[in-house]
Amino acid sequence: MVASVKKRRLGRPVSIVGAGMSHFGAFRGKTSRDLFVEAFQDLMDNLDQGIDVEDIECGYVGNYSSELFEGQGHTAPIIADWVGMTPAPVTRIENACASSGSALREGVMAIASGMYDVVLVGGVEKMTGLPTEGVTDVLATAADVLYEVPAGLTFPGIFGALAKAHMDRYETNLDHLLKVGIKNHNNGALNPKAQFNVTIRQIMERRQARAEQRGETVPDWKDELDFLNDPASNPWIAWPLRLFDCAPITDGASCLLLVSADIARNFTEKPVQIAGMGQASGRPLHDAEELTSLSAAKHAAAQAYQMAGITPQDVQVAEVHDCFTIAEIIATEDLGFFEPGEGPRAVDEGRTALTGDRPINTSGGLKSKGHPVGASGVAQVIEVFHQLRGEADARQLSNPNLEVGLTHNVGGTGGTCVVTILRRG
Amino acid sequence: MADEPREFNAASFYTYLREGRLMGIRCRDCAHLSAVPRPLCPACHSRKVEWHQFSGKGQLSTFTCISIVPVAMGEQGYGRDNPYCSGVVTLEEGPRISARLLGVDASNPQNIQTGIAVVLELENLDQDQPTLAFHPA
Repeated sequence: MVASVKKRRLGRPVSIVGAGMSHFGAFRGKTSRDLFVEAFQDLMDNLDQGIDVEDIECGYVGNYSSELFEGQGHTAPIIADWVGMTPAPVTRIENACASSGSALREGVMAIASGMYDVVLVGGVEKMTGLPTEGVTDVLATAADVLYEVPAGLTFPGIFGALAKAHMDRYETNLDHLLKVGIKNHNNGALNPKAQFNVTIRQIMERRQARAEQRGETVPDWKDELDFLNDPASNPWIAWPLRLFDCAPITDGASCLLLVSADIARNFTEKPVQIAGMGQASGRPLHDAEELTSLSAAKHAAAQAYQMAGITPQDVQVAEVHDCFTIAEIIATEDLGFFEPGEGPRAVDEGRTALTGDRPINTSGGLKSKGHPVGASGVAQVIEVFHQLRGEADARQLSNPNLEVGLTHNVGGTGGTCVVTILRRG
Repeated sequence: MADEPREFNAASFYTYLREGRLMGIRCRDCAHLSAVPRPLCPACHSRKVEWHQFSGKGQLSTFTCISIVPVAMGEQGYGRDNPYCSGVVTLEEGPRISARLLGVDASNPQNIQTGIAVVLELENLDQDQPTLAFHPA
């Protein structure tokens, strides 16, 4: 862990009183503004006491690359208009896949500063308008285009290199990676908004049934691991990462309503407080301190724990940035949930499953829920918000005393990390 | 012309590479080396950096073999059936850098070993768009 960080506090407490999310998936014809409207309507429809849109004073929207994905820059005022907020100030925040984690942070600081009482934060990304190669190119611009991209490194490639380093240094193997994906799909199957709300076993059985229908040879996979170890069903993307190690390409939007804590109960009886917040920057992999960890995550976590006055052991539920399966394992180590190198064993032992002592990515994570990059950070917070309020439906954790949750949102290959700690009440 | 000072940036880095030299910086205040040239020392923030030629010898620290390729690599014939290898090389002088790894079988990554000695690859360098690459020593 990082040795010590300066104690920081918010100027005044901030609460989350409402959350909304679009469906995550591939939606032909829908643009960023349409997706954001869907999320916003979900928020408005589910806000316990309701609000007039005119009473939302300000907004921050995370978006990675509407220019390259959709040919549309200056996205924030359009979104403001589409949800009815014009002329309120709305600002776009870009920090790659941590864009909305950072947007949340800006919104919290806007309230904590005393300038605003009611702020909308969210994120949106429309990714499926481009073919896979095009998306690969857009995502690669979040890496160093002068020294990483010319070396052929892609986004999955850099995480593949991290995975290889982790495998070299610790007892991590390919099955550990696959088991993260299986676990997250088990959770995502319970999430009606997930892009792939289906278990890996169901995917496997559907393919067997389809082969049988067509009179083809039925593959005799004996379980999920067997299915995922078959190169025909799970091709390499960037060795040692395969298709099912990678979060999908997704369209989606997410938003939260933040208010000054002293007025939170005007909106809901079950507010969730921002207990701690941290954000840090990091360097490209070749200039990183270690090849098996993201230093920005350690710094951001130390800041957030310090502000919240808690330790990693106090966190009861967490959404971490599993853009690739290895990223979840490294996240659980960087956050201090497990010792370095112990993340894979925790996966093996089921500790990070819905029924484990350290549930991770109950939403299905980026892997199963989907990863519209600019929307993911706030979508993570939405899952923890629902868990702490006891409204996560089939995914609701059985622990009746859920108080503290955490989100970990990474931008690029660790250039940015935002960690947010949430507390019920 | 030969002695005209070059800016500490990527344009100069790739110009040197075209000339067959791997040039980074050394800080005159703290002696820190960086394989990537930059005007401020990344260790002590001093402005007193100077060009430093690296030997081009190093060790493969980690790598990946990429099957889903960016558009530019696809145009060179790489793809699902013809992956390529990229990784991080630790230079013998200490700094690391990202690079292509040539002369290995990217279709069989389990046969590629981290820790192997590698050297700067200068043959077949594309003079228009030079790529930093190494091959096993």
